[in-house]
Amino acid sequence: MVKITIDGIEIEVAAGTTILDAARQINPETAPPAMCFHSKLEGSGGKCRTCLVKVTKTSPSNPRPMPKLAPSCRTFVEDGMEVENNRSEEVLEARKGVVELLLINHPLDCPICDQAGECDLQNLAFEHGAETTDYQEERRRFPAKAIGDLIQLQMNRCILCFRCVYVADQLTDGRHHGVLGRGDSSEIGTYIEAAIDNDFSGNMIDVCPVGALTDRTFRFKSRVWFSKPMAAHRTCEKCCGNAVLWLKGNEILRVSGRRNDVGEVTEFICNTCRFDTKSLHLWEVEGPARISRDSVISQNHTPS
Amino acid sequence: MTPQFSSQTLSNIEILKTRYPVEQSKSALLPILHMAQAEFGGYLSRESMDYVASLLNLQPIEVYEVATFYTMFHLKPTGKYVLEVCRTGPCALSGAEHIVDYLKQKLGVDLNQTTPDGLFTIKEVECLASCGSGPVLQVGECYVENLTDQRVDSMLAALKSGELSDNEPTPAHSILFRTCGDKQS
Amino acid sequence: MSRKILLENGDISGIDQFDIYRQHGGYQSVEKAIKTMTPLEVVDEVKKSGLRGRGGAGFSTGMKWSFLDRKSDKPRYLVCNADESEPGTFKDRYLMEKIPHRLIEGMIVSSYALGASRAYIYIRGELMWLAKRLENAIGEAKAHGLLGDNILGSDYSLDLVVHPGGGAYICGEESALLESLEGKRGYPRLKPPFPAISGLYGCPTVINNVESIAAVPWIVTHGGEEYSKIGIEKSSGTKLISASGHINRPGVYEIELGLPVEEFIYSDAYCGGIRNGRTLKAVVAGGSSVPILPAELILRTAAGIPRLMTYESLSDGGFQTGTMLGSGGFIVMDDTTCIVRNTWNFARFYHHESCGQCSPCREGTGWMEKVLHRIEHGHGTPKDIDLLVDIAKKIEGKTICALGDAAAWPIASAIRHFRHEFEYHIAHPDKITDPDHVYQPMGTK
Ligand SMILES: Cc1cc2nc3c(=O)[nH]c(=O)nc-3n(C[C@H](O)[C@H](O)[C@H](O)COP(=O)(O)O)c2cc1C
Ligand code: SF4
Ligand code: FES
Ligand code: FES
Repeated sequence: MVKITIDGIEIEVAAGTTILDAARQINPETAPPAMCFHSKLEGSGGKCRTCLVKVTKTSPSNPRPMPKLAPSCRTFVEDGMEVENNRSEEVLEARKGVVELLLINHPLDCPICDQAGECDLQNLAFEHGAETTDYQEERRRFPAKAIGDLIQLQMNRCILCFRCVYVADQLTDGRHHGVLGRGDSSEIGTYIEAAIDNDFSGNMIDVCPVGALTDRTFRFKSRVWFSKPMAAHRTCEKCCGNAVLWLKGNEILRVSGRRNDVGEVTEFICNTCRFDTKSLHLWEVEGPARISRDSVISQNHTPS
Repeated sequence: MTPQFSSQTLSNIEILKTRYPVEQSKSALLPILHMAQAEFGGYLSRESMDYVASLLNLQPIEVYEVATFYTMFHLKPTGKYVLEVCRTGPCALSGAEHIVDYLKQKLGVDLNQTTPDGLFTIKEVECLASCGSGPVLQVGECYVENLTDQRVDSMLAALKSGELSDNEPTPAHSILFRTCGDKQS
Repeated sequence: MSRKILLENGDISGIDQFDIYRQHGGYQSVEKAIKTMTPLEVVDEVKKSGLRGRGGAGFSTGMKWSFLDRKSDKPRYLVCNADESEPGTFKDRYLMEKIPHRLIEGMIVSSYALGASRAYIYIRGELMWLAKRLENAIGEAKAHGLLGDNILGSDYSLDLVVHPGGGAYICGEESALLESLEGKRGYPRLKPPFPAISGLYGCPTVINNVESIAAVPWIVTHGGEEYSKIGIEKSSGTKLISASGHINRPGVYEIELGLPVEEFIYSDAYCGGIRNGRTLKAVVAGGSSVPILPAELILRTAAGIPRLMTYESLSDGGFQTGTMLGSGGFIVMDDTTCIVRNTWNFARFYHHESCGQCSPCREGTGWMEKVLHRIEHGHGTPKDIDLLVDIAKKIEGKTICALGDAAAWPIASAIRHFRHEFEYHIAHPDKITDPDHVYQPMGTK
């Protein structure tokens, strides 16, 4: 076990824990925001730079100075480390800048976006963003590309977190999409238009922090906050069968994976559960699903 | 039609693979893409990339990801000679912008376009490590440096007549690189 | 004339061929090292020499070598960074073109010191013709028993491989280079772990610039101490400077570190003064990434001390009034240069070359380019100048690799030292519609 201090609060965590994880253990509400890291996806993180923190004191056992802000999702705790998160002006300022940069090319089309209400970027902008931006150039636009009947890709909204690529790499047999191009013309795609459809591809939807990958079978059916999320399970030979059903009356509008209190999907589900099991009698309903702190549902609409 | 490397290239690729650890044959991807571009018409079609993927046991997407990252790979057919003019700072200080304009006017096409006879495509590229002898352009494996209008004229004429080729002879023992002159365009 | 180490015998005709190179003392260091020295003794000589990395960062080469994890049972690699794509830099190309065997010799001795049995030279793909020449040189060295199995009859064997890139500035960044060498997109890695622990294929790896490696043979032959006597204090040895822009004699010069900047610019042994009898306006001293300095600050520090070509002297004054030696890409601008246009040009370069992996650089470089494009094309607003400074701050220090910083510095420094020129553009859009204004003195617009 190692001891570290974050914003003056001391905590003991296992060696090999990241600063982000340690901060989440102290309090998920005050932990740094993380747009690209995902605990269940190996290699993820380090890219969006929203989780930057300041290591004000490095471990006496490894006293290399860390003058630059560090990505907390990929920086490991060391005994005696002192970290500043929300207490550091520098961190808050940097975060604000990163959020602004993430937004300059974002279409801000929340009113017509299926992710609205459960969008990490919306929440991020709300909690950590600056009120205004000086950006007045044209926003980047990508031509629409179809990737099959199940998943809707809206590249304009993508923040290039790479999580969906890791899902395809780590959960599905054979990755068919990836990041193409370079710099700010990088895009998620299949190069030649091709449908992405294999047993676990639907998880790309769940890990996408924004509305770039959404459930086509759910599109425009309803705003999320008009549906009731219920935890349910079924016996499935492909996956754990533990899911969240989004109900309107007795109709299943959508099936998704379960999330923990920082909004990360904890167990991945297969496409059969997600797309092909939409009758209530096929599920064992457990009760209202735990909703991540950030969802509008947890704020506006307590499921009864 | 599925493209197919010549048997010479295929055996070169086998030697090439021995230059990397056995389980790391993906390392040979960039050199092989260069070979594919040279052998299959001066650009990388989807079929060429799929073929390269099959040679290295990769998912095609892994090849598309790489090919779209690097600027030397053309993803669409080009003219026989691609004139890649450096546009970066030091060359700009020595008149690169004028050379680009001159080429456009001389060939009657814009950037990234090909002359109707299929001979020339003009592109702008970033610094070619030739800043002291700028303006410079690259055509195939050849650098043409210290460009002036006259030099552009004589270069175009020499390329047309075949006096100047866009490749250098390959050293006898070198298996890595096919020369651009083998382009079948 | 300055002493020649890297370009020693460079003027002898045929020096690019094995026999001639060998006749003039080539490959002596390989003989000396393999026959009379242990690998760690070679490392010690390099440490003593005070040699600092010539790729840009100036990190001690001996130190870097001593960080290499020698306890791991994985193979160790030496990778030579011949990606040379920092605007203004063309020295590695020159060296490889002129004396390819110097690099090969350096690779052999260095690999021996590091215990690498395979080493790679990652060369930018555009220099394919040069890659072939290197392969040719490798073939010659092999034929003479200096490479391959049991070098010079010893039990040391080395396989040296030339690997071409595909066109991407970012692959000069060492961890992106490794990714690229592994056949992937050139995405810089998060550090730690550093390559010395986990580099190429997850194995301990040392990455050095061409020029750093090419200095090793001389150091081994003549001793690290001899090398450390050349130059000034912590800037020991000689350095290749790539001189470009508005000078009479552009080209690559090997200088002894410590040469006064003024002499370098005006002496006929080097740049030979400003072209067409014009006057010096500004210099970018170490490749496009380092801060630009106006004439008065490049010739003399803020305290009025003549600047020298050393790491320390060029960075005297920090970013307020100083710059960096960087890769030695010395770009000279005369009084006809439009700083705004040049800054936009550099911004376009970084925008084009950002790998796109991390958000501040991916989004910020494009934003800066767009704003600068507007200013340069007569659509700037007074707020734009501070906006640029602000965007640069949002990128600097927040990114995965130093390309973000490299994109921010030229812009921040151009505004710091030439703010009036940006203001002029914004106030007089009508005066800059002349497409040739870049070639006109600012005052005459
Ligand atoms: C964006 C970027 C581009 C770079 N380009 C080069 C390059 O073209 N050549 C080079 O030797 N080093 C380059 N470097 C520096 C390398 O990362 C690395 O520090 C260097 O190769 C180490 O060798 P040295 O210690 O011998 O200088 C670059 C760094 C960055 C951040
Ligand atoms: S700083 Fe730029 S080049 Fe470096 S990793 Fe981030 S996006 Fe890529
Ligand atoms: S969550 Fe750490 S960088 Fe994105
Ligand atoms: S700027 Fe053109 S070659 Fe370097």
